[in-house]
Amino acid sequence: MANPMRIRATTSSGVTEVKALMSHPMETGMRKDSSGAAVPAHHITTVIAKHNDKVVLTAEWGAAVSQNPFLQFRFSGGAPGDKVAISWTDNKGDSRTDEVVLT
Amino acid sequence: MNMQRRSFLTITGSALAMAATALLLPVRAFAQWVRPQAAFEAKGLDATFAAMGGTPEASADITFMAPEIAENGAVVPVNVTSKIPGTTEISILVEMNPNPLAAIFVFPEGTEAAVQTRVKVSQTCRLHAVVRANGKLYGTSRETKVTLGGCGG
Amino acid sequence: MNRNPIQRLLVALILTVPVATVQAREDDIFAEYRAMFGEDNPAELVEMQGEELWNAARGPKQVALDGCDLGLGAGVTKGAYAQLPRWFEDAGKVMDLETRLLFCMERLQGLDVAALRKQPYSEQGQQQTDLESLSAFIAAQSRGLPIAVPQSHPAERAAFASGAKFFNFRGGPHDFSCATCHSQDGKRIRLQSLLQLNSVEGAKASFATWPAYRIAQGAVRTIEWRMADCARQQRLPGLVHGSQVAIDLITYLGVQANGAVLTAPGLKR
Repeated sequence: MANPMRIRATTSSGVTEVKALMSHPMETGMRKDSSGAAVPAHHITTVIAKHNDKVVLTAEWGAAVSQNPFLQFRFSGGAPGDKVAISWTDNKGDSRTDEVVLT
Repeated sequence: MNMQRRSFLTITGSALAMAATALLLPVRAFAQWVRPQAAFEAKGLDATFAAMGGTPEASADITFMAPEIAENGAVVPVNVTSKIPGTTEISILVEMNPNPLAAIFVFPEGTEAAVQTRVKVSQTCRLHAVVRANGKLYGTSRETKVTLGGCGG
Repeated sequence: MNRNPIQRLLVALILTVPVATVQAREDDIFAEYRAMFGEDNPAELVEMQGEELWNAARGPKQVALDGCDLGLGAGVTKGAYAQLPRWFEDAGKVMDLETRLLFCMERLQGLDVAALRKQPYSEQGQQQTDLESLSAFIAAQSRGLPIAVPQSHPAERAAFASGAKFFNFRGGPHDFSCATCHSQDGKRIRLQSLLQLNSVEGAKASFATWPAYRIAQGAVRTIEWRMADCARQQRLPGLVHGSQVAIDLITYLGVQANGAVLTAPGLKR
């Protein structure tokens, strides 16, 4: 499994806290490789988080979000069995979705 | 391209949506929120604020945490909470980055107007947390010092 | 060096020095920065990849690494990292985690590890190597356990003695030894504290945190990587991967660190 995502979602007092670590090089396009050539920009542009079918967060990112990005946010609700899914798309058109089930 | 945007174009008429996208403006009238690419590509803080809609009004109701000194500017944790009612967006800007706008977070009803993430800070400078609430921009800022570590590597 | 004085000294030190991980120094200007990371370490992503690799049937023999004995029995991962480097009868030598992993990959799975031996660590922008991922996973299985690098076999004691000798060996164009930077308390280079690595306190503070996600590298790096990188910074000839010098140095550091609770995989600048 290349590029895994680690999602932790815990519910307490009616609020679900989501912490996600995403695997992504987040290249700015300014770094030079060992031959002196600029490594092309390669970074996540859009992130969408869903609780079951509802979008609970959208994010638009530039290259200045750190490599292997971290994201933490909280939304109301969340019951055992509910799904929290996080999807990202990058500037090369690659995308990935991972989800967890609330316990 | 994400799934929601694709289906949006099919439903509402692609010509109009594509024209709006081509203008690279944040489109408030449409149900879907469009990435303000011009704001991400703006150079310098003033140009970035202009592309976002204007200079934010200073607000004490934004809690913005960032380390005073970062051991490595490549990964700087930031934590923003907005207590301003009607908050729909939080943006993070790094003043001296080539393109100051690093990230925009959009909050629907039911999601706390608060976020933690990690950004690249190219040199010691001010970091800005900008909130859009009821269409208006508010902001606060703080400085993070970036250091050069150890023996190199 | 004979065994008894060292053992008595170690026991005395372990009893007097707190076993818990050394806390941040009072003058630690990076405490706020490090605290803001919480428990969310990108190393976890690499651990996940390592776990997949460990359990995957690979190579011509199509077996997983669950037959690999890291010192506590075939397939036993919990606590294994905490007791490495150590003597392995089937190999006839003291091995650290990485040399042992290569041994298992070659012997059990029939994998050709020549390429890995040549380039054990990833470059910027590359996926982490199998060695790095497996190291992160195996180290995580010892998290929370006390370091217990053994000194019961003569070869283990010889490795410690050699490691100590090399620690003090001055060489290269700058005439640097490890001791040049790491033999005094309270020193720093730029804003980085230089741990005193020939002391129990310094060794504990260091050894407990490796392998670690190194922000400057954008990757998980191992203790053997760190030794090699130090050699580079000292302008010494390259430290050959899997060489006895590398293993001896790690043994020297590890034995001094015995008793400290492993917090690895760590998160570093």
